[in-house]
Amino acid sequence: MSARANILRSSAAHAILIAYTILALYPVFLIVINSMKSRRAIFNDPLALPTRQSFDLVGFQTVLEQGNFLLYFQNSLIVTVASLFFALLFGAMAAFALAEYRFRGNLLMGLYLALGIMIPIRLGTVAILEMMVAANLVNTHWALILVYTANGLPLAVFILSEFMRQVSDDLKNAARIDGLSEYRIFFTIALPLVRPALATVAVFTMIPIWNDLWFPLILAPGESTKTLTLGSQIFLGQYVTNWNAVLAALTLAIFPVVVLYLIFSRQLIRGITRGAVK
Amino acid sequence: MTIRKTLSLTTAFALCATGVFAQDVTLTIESWRNDDITIWRNQIIPAFEAAHPGIRLDFQPTAPAQYNSALNSKLDAGTAGDIVTCRAFDASLQLFERGQLSDLTDLPGMANYSDVAKSAWSTDDGSQTFCVPLASVIHGFIYNVDIFNELGLEVPATEDEFFAVLDAIQEEGSYIPMAMGINDQWEAATMGFANIGVNFWRGEEGRAALIAGESRLTDEEWVAPFRQLARWSQYLGRGYESQSYPDSQNLFTLGRAAIYPSGSWEIAGFREQADFEMGAFPPPVPAGTEGCYISDHTDMGIGLNAASPNQEAGRIFLDWLTGAEASTLFANAIPGFFPLSSAEVTLDDPLAEEFLSWRGQCESTIRPFHQIVSRGTPNLSNESWTASANVMRGTWTPEEAGEALQAGLSSWYAPHQ
Amino acid sequence: MSRSRATRRPIRWHIAVFLAPALIVYTAIMIIPLFGTLNLSLFTRGQGNTREFVGLANFVTLFTDPRWSGAFWNATWNNLWFFIIHMLVQNPIGIALAAILSSPRLRFAAFYRTAIFIPAILSFVIVGFVWRLILSPLWGVAPNMMDAIGLGNWFAPWLGQESSALTTLALISVWQFVGIPMMLIYAALLSIPDEVLEAAEMDGITGASQFWKIKLPLILPTIGIISILTFVGNFNAFDLIYVAQGALAGPNYSTDILGSFLFRTFFGFQLQLGDPHMGATVATVMFFIILAGVSLYLFGIQTRLRRYQF
Repeated sequence: MSARANILRSSAAHAILIAYTILALYPVFLIVINSMKSRRAIFNDPLALPTRQSFDLVGFQTVLEQGNFLLYFQNSLIVTVASLFFALLFGAMAAFALAEYRFRGNLLMGLYLALGIMIPIRLGTVAILEMMVAANLVNTHWALILVYTANGLPLAVFILSEFMRQVSDDLKNAARIDGLSEYRIFFTIALPLVRPALATVAVFTMIPIWNDLWFPLILAPGESTKTLTLGSQIFLGQYVTNWNAVLAALTLAIFPVVVLYLIFSRQLIRGITRGAVK
Repeated sequence: MTIRKTLSLTTAFALCATGVFAQDVTLTIESWRNDDITIWRNQIIPAFEAAHPGIRLDFQPTAPAQYNSALNSKLDAGTAGDIVTCRAFDASLQLFERGQLSDLTDLPGMANYSDVAKSAWSTDDGSQTFCVPLASVIHGFIYNVDIFNELGLEVPATEDEFFAVLDAIQEEGSYIPMAMGINDQWEAATMGFANIGVNFWRGEEGRAALIAGESRLTDEEWVAPFRQLARWSQYLGRGYESQSYPDSQNLFTLGRAAIYPSGSWEIAGFREQADFEMGAFPPPVPAGTEGCYISDHTDMGIGLNAASPNQEAGRIFLDWLTGAEASTLFANAIPGFFPLSSAEVTLDDPLAEEFLSWRGQCESTIRPFHQIVSRGTPNLSNESWTASANVMRGTWTPEEAGEALQAGLSSWYAPHQ
Repeated sequence: MSRSRATRRPIRWHIAVFLAPALIVYTAIMIIPLFGTLNLSLFTRGQGNTREFVGLANFVTLFTDPRWSGAFWNATWNNLWFFIIHMLVQNPIGIALAAILSSPRLRFAAFYRTAIFIPAILSFVIVGFVWRLILSPLWGVAPNMMDAIGLGNWFAPWLGQESSALTTLALISVWQFVGIPMMLIYAALLSIPDEVLEAAEMDGITGASQFWKIKLPLILPTIGIISILTFVGNFNAFDLIYVAQGALAGPNYSTDILGSFLFRTFFGFQLQLGDPHMGATVATVMFFIILAGVSLYLFGIQTRLRRYQF
């Protein structure tokens, strides 16, 4: 292959990727620039960058006056990280058991654990709420963490068991001959090897948790446990006309989750490059 | 189904969580009016708490789209707030029948309300009332006075004058004649059909006839409003098919459209956003009609969660709401939501005053499909959203819309079978 | 595995330990509440606060009453179309992007991958709002841009037309979620050992033919996962419809999919009161549709896929 063809191919690759990146980011960019403009400027020229005349932070002012957003952010973070931790840990353990051991009912167990992705958990709201009331967990972080962990498990098991099946038997059998326990094999061999998949599942699981409005509203609407999404929902109802506030609330909602994603994404790269056995 | 035994525990927990001292009673208020959050916190709550030490209020609104489902779930599980803002008619009636709302028939302040005002929150025979009627909204058209002056237009009183004004604005070409879209569908039904239709079916008379099964939706008085809606389409902005409700509001308040078919609930928001003078006129009267009608719709009530441990305090608060002081406070804090109490109220906002003045000139009625006829499947009110939007989109003829609605109603409602 | 062999083995407690935490949390918080809800489909509301057992009567209503069955089949076909668009547009684009991204020595790969995934982390509220803004005929982001490149006449209020609204929403959803197949395929492509690729290159298999002949067969299990996840996700979707078109899934129910139909029935909307019994009936039928798809995958495809351990 000539060097010239190589350069051609790589510029074609870059052209496609750049085009798609613009398509992916442009709408987000629109929200962010318009959140910093005056109302008239938003409608007169939505594509323009904020200028000295049109620059206006009134939307952010309105939003920040409405509540304790730092606390809301902290609540969202606690709930999301804790739910992720449990869903990934429990999910990986179950996935390992399903992928590694042959036992009666293995396939049925896999199907059972996958049932949860077939029905929206919201339908169980009343029963879940009654359970949380009985356990005295309403208005605590635990109520949300338990629900999200349960809700995240089916997908985690489903994806991770597929990846666990690709972990080399030779490695595990060698470890068994060396006398390692099954638990050690799971934690020191299997888990590190599926790190790319773990990071991917983490990202998938994190998004709906962070963006969920329903369970915080039902299970933890109290001021001390309010999540960021719930805290900003008063600007996101369908009857709200104040676009400055709406755009500011959206911008504030985008940033933390992007930052969280970037953190995981770096883990992801590290996981992928180190985890792949080559 | 419901778990009430653990309720006291939950309440105790909620009190700890909000850091309130034990001797005070805190009443949590459930509402869908998230737009009013600052008004409650800065005006209404302080006024009540000053008069009633020992009772505190906590206003906790939910976005309107989730209000009903969230409230029902919380009531079923016993975690709902003490005070519940009531949707009109069947949604609240169902809560009362399930024992989730307290009976307020003997609340002293109930004497301040007419039977019509109470009808939205009473049992069908009118013997029990379970929410205090809080506010009604009046339909009409808001217009941009500056544009009318600039183009030398007169406020239309009849249907012919109305279309003449629209033609004139369209011919001149600088402004969109009317700000309205059909993407969200409900505007077509609420601000279109229910708004202008009252003059055709003659208000309460036509509404009662429909409930009794004496008039059918394929009759002229129900089809004619659709016919007018179909004519509206040509006066709307480009791409009105995908124009949303906030789009329309912004189009009007930015001064790009001359007329906004709407209701009084817009007043507070428009005051903040529009920098031109606004006027209002009631639905124009079709040729050959005598008298006029307006849709003066009972929209919001407020009741007491039957499972609340604070029944006494709750009744004190609700009774306070029925009085002249609270009515005046509400009417002026949220202009456009008109008190239903017969207590004397003065309004500061001229636009709100204009809407309210129609009560003296025209006969009041409520939206036609809200009582009784939307109790089955398919739901007549929701079907009317789709039908009105289809007519304005031009995919259904007015006659087809009437037939579709009638077929739906006949499928379950005995007086129409 | 024969029974006699199984009984001879010592009880492998570690399997139970691995499965227990997931099973307990999942069963208590998801399965019991959800099946309690599905159980409602066998009842109907009686007088006052009671409920009556009616067997399968609700299912008969759903499938034979012309109004219910009309709405149900409308939602089902719409949902199928929604799924087809995802399979035809989202997944091929995702695979193509992942293939380009995984080419060796590509600079800025991390940046591209991160950027393209960002729409997937946004909430539906944001996605619905921004696309309504872009496609709005009034504020003119899309019409202005199309005017600028001479396509102004091609602009139409897509979300407001019965013929185009569902496809438009499906494409918005594709825009949002294309990062998910991309990431999964990318992870799978990266875990193909270099030796395999080097061996292929020795045999003169490079470039596109390397992708088709070597890589694609190796990532087939992942493509299987993606297909089934897309299927499950699409048949559970409803948020985007709610945010962009409202609960009545306008215009004229042309964007109604099973999820929006279910939530409107279960929780009610405006004057239409929630009907947990019919809602649970719809949910049960949806559940069986999805279960059929997943079982087909688990028993029919997954067990037959050839996997390569590295």
